Amino acid sequence: MVDVMITIDKKLCKGCNICTEFCPHQVYEESGTLNKKGVHVPTPEHEERCTKCQICSLLCPDQAIQVDEDDES
Amino acid sequence: MEKTRENRFIKYLRKDRLPNIFCAGCGNGIVMNTFFNGMEMAQISMEDVVMVSGIGCSSRIPGYVKCDSLHTTHGRPISFATGLKLANPDMNVVVFSGDGDTAAIGGNHLIHGARRNMDLTVICINNSIYGMTGGQISPTSPHGSYGSTAPYGSLENPFDLSKLVTAAGASYVARWTTAHPLQLSSAIKKGLKNRGFSFIEVVSQCPTYFGRKNRMRSPIDMMRWMKEESVVKRKADGMDESELVGKIIVGDFHKKEAPEFTERICQLSSEQCPPEKPSAIRSAYRGDSSA
Repeated sequence: MVDVMITIDKKLCKGCNICTEFCPHQVYEESGTLNKKGVHVPTPEHEERCTKCQICSLLCPDQAIQVDEDDES
Repeated sequence: MEKTRENRFIKYLRKDRLPNIFCAGCGNGIVMNTFFNGMEMAQISMEDVVMVSGIGCSSRIPGYVKCDSLHTTHGRPISFATGLKLANPDMNVVVFSGDGDTAAIGGNHLIHGARRNMDLTVICINNSIYGMTGGQISPTSPHGSYGSTAPYGSLENPFDLSKLVTAAGASYVARWTTAHPLQLSSAIKKGLKNRGFSFIEVVSQCPTYFGRKNRMRSPIDMMRWMKEESVVKRKADGMDESELVGKIIVGDFHKKEAPEFTERICQLSSEQCPPEKPSAIRSAYRGDSSA
């Protein structure tokens, strides 16, 4: 069961991929597709591995990541 | 509680100014996050914080934050902050500046701020290069590093800012890199809580200029380099000098209790102007309307 919801703001992300590199559990994957602004926005492919350590939201230089508890599941 | 699905630090930022102007992967955004995190850890409200900055990429940070801020002339943020702190000693005055600001043009202001032991928190974002003006070598560029003014490698020896400020008389000195966000947050917390001159040097990445010219093109390469090359102070103390060449020594460098300048000046004004004597000086410093 996934109980974590990771939101990436596509308007703020600049595609530096610091989150993909520094997530201790490799939750993020580089995306192969470009968005409207020409940025490869990473995707949280493995949300089930997330431990809510919040390192990604602390390391994101553009304040684009939020890690929440998923209240929908 | 309603969830906004926004980053937890967005509430401190001016949303209409986002996305920020920094390059993809710039360390300034990370320093901003760690500052908010440290401020939350120190339980200080944004209402009590004043941010002062000089000129440079890093000095654009206060412009994005919802707080009182002062964007000053190049190299002089510590002088302006000194005036601010003396005018209102209750505020937490935080200076955000880069290595060009603190080490080059404002080196004098830095050492004199430290000498007076003013109650300021100076966060120096050291990216080892002049990023805003096109990648010139700065006083903190490592020996042998390349820049647009050093195509054959820098021949100068860099400043060790933390040692300089310790020698000048600061009461709290720490150095971390942007690859250590949690340690940096707790250093910022300690700096904000400390009564006296707190200097936090953040070794940061500039992938656009420093990275591109020094074979570390991406922010990830730069952060990996900082993480691998950093040695904690406790471990570095037992190591030989030859082993530490090219390493970044991180950790808490110095902490001591020392008399603080604002307190001294308030004490002087109350000693020299006893309550029976009405005085403009006392009312200026203590906010006594009865005088």
